[in-house]
Amino acid sequence: MLRVENLKKYFGGVKAVDECSFEIQPETITALIGPNGAGKSTVFNLISGILKADSGEIIFDNKNITTLSPEAISNLGISRLFQQTRLFNNLTVKENLLLALDNEDTKFWKNLFGLNKITEEKEEKIREMLKLIDMENFENTLAKDLSYGQKRLVELSRAILNPHKLLILDEPVAGVNPRLRKKITEILLELKEKGDTILLIEHDMNFTLKIADWIIVMEKGKVIAEGEPEEIKNNPKVIEVYLGE
Amino acid sequence: MVSAYLIHLLILICIYLILAISLQLSVGFTGLLNLGHIAFYALGAYASALLALNGFPFWFCFLAAGILAMLFGFLLSLPTNKLKGDYLALATMGFSFVVYAVALNWTSLTRGPLGLPGIPKPSFHIPLTAYRLSLTTNLSFLIFTLLISLLAYLLIAHIVKSPFGKVLEATRDDELATRILGKSTFKIKSLALMISAFFAGIAGSLYAHYITFIDPSSFTLLQLIPVLCIVIIGGLASLKGTVIATIILVLLPEPLRFIGFPSSIVGPARQILYALILLLILIYKPRGFFGKIELE
Repeated sequence: MLRVENLKKYFGGVKAVDECSFEIQPETITALIGPNGAGKSTVFNLISGILKADSGEIIFDNKNITTLSPEAISNLGISRLFQQTRLFNNLTVKENLLLALDNEDTKFWKNLFGLNKITEEKEEKIREMLKLIDMENFENTLAKDLSYGQKRLVELSRAILNPHKLLILDEPVAGVNPRLRKKITEILLELKEKGDTILLIEHDMNFTLKIADWIIVMEKGKVIAEGEPEEIKNNPKVIEVYLGE
Repeated sequence: MVSAYLIHLLILICIYLILAISLQLSVGFTGLLNLGHIAFYALGAYASALLALNGFPFWFCFLAAGILAMLFGFLLSLPTNKLKGDYLALATMGFSFVVYAVALNWTSLTRGPLGLPGIPKPSFHIPLTAYRLSLTTNLSFLIFTLLISLLAYLLIAHIVKSPFGKVLEATRDDELATRILGKSTFKIKSLALMISAFFAGIAGSLYAHYITFIDPSSFTLLQLIPVLCIVIIGGLASLKGTVIATIILVLLPEPLRFIGFPSSIVGPARQILYALILLLILIYKPRGFFGKIELE
């Protein structure tokens, strides 16, 4: 589904991503792990088009997306959750979610003549999603008035509602309480059951080992190991990177 | 005499309202700190005046003013699309200076500092009827301007309430997050600037046909200050606040006329008054009267 080939991104003399290659299989959860500064978020920024690679290729669904814009990549089916919450703070929860459903809202004339209605189908999707994250009563709350955990859930919901073939999630459970972490784990496993493909970055090893089908370990911009969770857990290179010699 | 003065003030309120709500669309709703708004106003005024002086009917001049300003709105969006905040403000301010300089120096077209006198008052056939409407009296012009400003208000209110308006607000709140949802913010920001410019253009046309004389001094950056004050004092992303602030800010300096100061003092005193109100609002009510968001 997604193939990254010899990807390179340097910031001055810093090799953020260096000859990085890996592949994501459909209908799996793949975790990208590694110590701070390993280049994981840079890889995410390259995949979602926020940064442009110095060299290498990113192939998604047999299409080279290396030089495409973030919006073009999103429209091809890659939906992203950021590490820091990036909700539209002055819009309500419902408005935030509605924006993810399609791009009809960018068509000026259609909207001017009132031809882009919020259909019952859209309303139902929003209601279902809010029910899933236990936030039915927050539909009309401004995003800026939510707690951190609630913001995280709404942002995850927005990424899920954005039509996609691949979800890329940057630290989905960072800074959230254990109850919420359990909720997010359930949501992600349910998505996988339904056939979604997920690539995530996470520092929490318990969460990663529990949820991931495949783990890719990065250090200093390179992939140093990959395999199933049990394999990775016992890999001496990985242990060395995480715990030191 | 009093009623003529009152009508004059109401006409000014209507023209300023169109200018302010259209600036609110780009600044308050889309987050584009656009200081080129006065240039769109100038383009509309000159386009309409020049066409009318060459015998074109009012409706044509009026619409052409909006369309020309809108076209320049699109052209301005091309080089400024990646700019934000202060940088966008500087670039659009540069555009205002360029338009002012052209109005001042292209004397064969605009007569430069001598200005364009004798701009005809609007007069046009009512569509589908044999009647001809002449807006030669100030009262009839007020009714016409009031209708246009009401229409402009309703249209902009409809735009900002529609799903398209929510995309404008999303772009203002977080442009990258909007792009990640698959929306072209280049298109969104260009459209916002074009709509905003269109209404500034028709406000310029109304001004030119009302005063019947325009010169470049009516379109300096100083003239933008009251409009920007209205937007900030009314509150960013609030149309209701914009209406109230327009009425207050247009009427507030009027008592200065009756104190008996010479006109050389009244002008600067007006600017000082605006600056003072703006300062007080920013200190004690940073969101303005009904602002949804704070000025960053």
